[in-house]
Amino acid sequence: MKLSIKGRQSMWAYIFISAPMLFFLCIRIYPALYAFNVSLHKWDLLSKNKPFVFLDNFMDLFHDQVFKASLINTGKYILFAVPIGLALSLGIAMLLNSITKGASVYRMVVFIPYVTSIVAVSWVWRWMFMKQGGLINNVIGLFGISRQPFLDSTSQAIYVVISNIIWQALGFYTIIFLAGLKQVPKTYYEAAMIDGASPWQKFKNITIPLLNPTIVYLSVMATIQTLQVFTQVFNITSGGQGIAGGPLNSTVSVVLYIYQLAFVNYKMGYASAATVILFIIILTISLFQMKVLDKKYDN
Amino acid sequence: MGRKVISLILAGCMTFSVLLAGCGNKNEAPDSTPQTSTETSTTAAAKPVSIEYWQYFYETKVNLMDELIKEFQGANSNITVVQKHFPYDSYQQKVAAAVSAGSGPDIINLYYGWVPKYVKSGTLQQLPEASFSAEKIESTFAPMVKVNKIDGKYYTVPTAVRTLGLFWNKDIFKANGLDPEKPPKTLEELVEMAKKCTKIENGKLEIEGLTFQPSGQLHSWFRPVLLKQFGQEPISADQKTVQWNASENGYKAFEFLVNLAKVDKVGEKDFFTDDSTAFISGKAALHIDGSYRLGSLKSQAKDLNYGVTVLPSYNGVDTSFGSFWTNGITTNATGDKLDASVKFLEYLTSTEVMKTWTQKIGEIGARTEIANDPELLKDDKLAPFIQQLPIADSYFYVDEDADRKALMDAIDKVLLNNVDPKQALDEATAQVQKLLDEYWGK
Repeated sequence: MKLSIKGRQSMWAYIFISAPMLFFLCIRIYPALYAFNVSLHKWDLLSKNKPFVFLDNFMDLFHDQVFKASLINTGKYILFAVPIGLALSLGIAMLLNSITKGASVYRMVVFIPYVTSIVAVSWVWRWMFMKQGGLINNVIGLFGISRQPFLDSTSQAIYVVISNIIWQALGFYTIIFLAGLKQVPKTYYEAAMIDGASPWQKFKNITIPLLNPTIVYLSVMATIQTLQVFTQVFNITSGGQGIAGGPLNSTVSVVLYIYQLAFVNYKMGYASAATVILFIIILTISLFQMKVLDKKYDN
Repeated sequence: MGRKVISLILAGCMTFSVLLAGCGNKNEAPDSTPQTSTETSTTAAAKPVSIEYWQYFYETKVNLMDELIKEFQGANSNITVVQKHFPYDSYQQKVAAAVSAGSGPDIINLYYGWVPKYVKSGTLQQLPEASFSAEKIESTFAPMVKVNKIDGKYYTVPTAVRTLGLFWNKDIFKANGLDPEKPPKTLEELVEMAKKCTKIENGKLEIEGLTFQPSGQLHSWFRPVLLKQFGQEPISADQKTVQWNASENGYKAFEFLVNLAKVDKVGEKDFFTDDSTAFISGKAALHIDGSYRLGSLKSQAKDLNYGVTVLPSYNGVDTSFGSFWTNGITTNATGDKLDASVKFLEYLTSTEVMKTWTQKIGEIGARTEIANDPELLKDDKLAPFIQQLPIADSYFYVDEDADRKALMDAIDKVLLNNVDPKQALDEATAQVQKLLDEYWGK
C-alpha cells in the first residue's frame, strides 16, 4: 500500500476525526433521532409496556393548555429579550469602540455577567424581586411607589425573568459586536465625514450594513438560546416544592414544560413529542432568519 | 511503513473499542450510591438470601434502618438486607429508571400518594394474604391506610404515619393579649385569634396571624380536612369521582380557605420564603404542619416558645390529614427473596419497631394501639399528633404533583386574577377528574 504524502496526511486526519465523530453519533445524534421514535409511543417510564400510539401525543399537545401557555411565553421571551438585548449591546459596543483609555477594564465589566453562574444570578434576581423585603421593592418604596408583587403576579413575573436573560447575555453580544465593529474600516467613516454625513446617516449606511453578518449570527444564536430558556425560569419562578413556571404557568417555557413532563411526570413519549415540535420551530426560525437577514449589501 | 500501518490499525481499534464501551454498559448498576450492608455469618440451616431495601435519604431514618437491619439479621441469620438510599430530589427518578430496566429493590419505601402509579405500572406485588390480609391490616392499622386499598387489595403497609397539627407561637399570643396556653379550638376561634395576631405596618405584613402557603400543607388542610368539616366528602367512595364542588358546602370550604388571604388578610403566600420558615423565624402566630416539623423546630428554633395542638374543629367534626411513607414488595422479589422480604416487612411493621420509630423519627407508629401508648403520649408536643391517629384521614392521589398544582392554581386564580372562587374550584375539580379518568382508564 503506497500513499502519497497528501493521502497519508488526510488519512491521519480522518482517523483522528473519526473519534469525535463516533462519539458525537453515539451521544448526540442517535439519542436525538431516538426521541422521534419515543414521541410516537405512550412511553411511561414506570410502566413496562410502551404501546405505539402514532400521533396521539401530538394531538394531545394541541389541546394542552399548559403547552399553549409555554409556547406563548417562549414567544414573549424571544420578542422581548432578543431585540432589546441586541439593541442595548450594540449601543454599549459602539460606546466601547469609541473609547481608548481603560477600554479593557470596561470590556471586562461588561463581560462579567456572562461568566457568572446562571443559577446564582437567578437566585439573586429572585431575592431582589421578592415581594416581602426584596431590594427592588425597598428602593421603589423610597420614591413613594407602592409595593409591586413582581414574581407573585401573573403579568409581571415574566418580565422579571426577561430582564435577567437580557442582563446575563449582554456581555457576550457586546463582545461579538465589538469584534464586528473593529472590522469596519475607518476610511469609510472618514469619507462619510468629508461628505458631511450626520452620525445617524453614518450609523444607518455604514455601521449596520457592514455589521450585517454579525447581526445575523447574533440574532440566530440569541433566538435559539432564548427558545431553550430553562435555568432562569426554573430558578427565579419555582414555587414552593419544585413546581416551577410562575403563578398560573405565567412564566413556563417550552423546555421547562418538557422537563416537567419527562422528569416529574415520567411521560417520556409525550415529552418527546413536545421536543419534536420545539425542534421543528427552531429549525424553521433559523432557516427563516438566515434567509431574511442575510441580505448582501452592494456598495 | 509496516510499523506505521500496524500502529494505525491499533489506534483505530482502540478508538472504536473506547467508543463501544461508552455506548454500551446497559446492564451495569445505574450508579454507585452509598450502600450500607451488614454481613452476617450465614448458618447452614437455611439457604442464604440477600434482599435490597430502598428509601430516600433522611439521616435519622437511614441510621435507624441500619440498626433495625442489624437486629433483624441477628434473628434471621440466613438473610442479608442491603439498604440503598438516594437524595429525595432524585429518588423517584432512580426508582423509575431502575424499575423500567428490570433491576431495583425487593422492598421499597414510597410516599403513599405515589402508590397508585406504581401499582398500575405493575412494579408492586400484592401483599401476601397469609401475613397481610386486608382484614388484618384494617383492624390493626390506623384508618388512613385504607387510602391505598386499590381494587380491594393492599400493596403496601407503613411503619409510621404523620398527622397535621396546629402550631402556635406563645410569645405572639401574649403580645396580643391572648392567653398563651389557650390555642383555638374551633375554626371561628382560629380566624379570630389569627386576626388579632396579624400585624401590618404601612401596608407591609410584619407578622402573619396564620400561615398561608398553598404549596405547603395548606392544600392538605383543605382536602380532606376543611371539605369534610364543611360537609363535603372530597372524593367518592370508589375513588373515581372528585367531589370538591359537588355541593354548596364544597364551595363554602374553598371560599373560607381563600378568604383567609383575601378578606381576613391573616397570611400571605411566600411570606418569609414559606410557611414553616416564617413560623420558625417567629414571624407567624399560627401554623398548620405535620409532626415531622418538630425535628426542624428542635434544631433550628431552640428559643421559640411554641405549643402544638390538634386541628381546630368545625360543625362538630374533628379530623386531620394523615400521610405516610409506606413499604411495598416489588415484582423483583420471588421465591426465597419474596419469603425474606415478607419476613423483613413483618419485622418493620411490628409494634416494637413502631415504638422505636416514633421516638427516634417523630413519625407516629401506624398501628392504632400506638395512639394509646402512655409512654409516647408523655411527650406534650408529639401527643396531639398521636391523638389524631384514629380520626385522621388521607386523600387519594393518582398524581400528587398535578393534584396539588390544580388546587394551587385555583387559589392563585382567586387571589391574583380575581376569578370567582366557584369558577376556580370548578376548573380545578375538572382538572383532577381528568387525572382520575386517565388513571382508571375511562
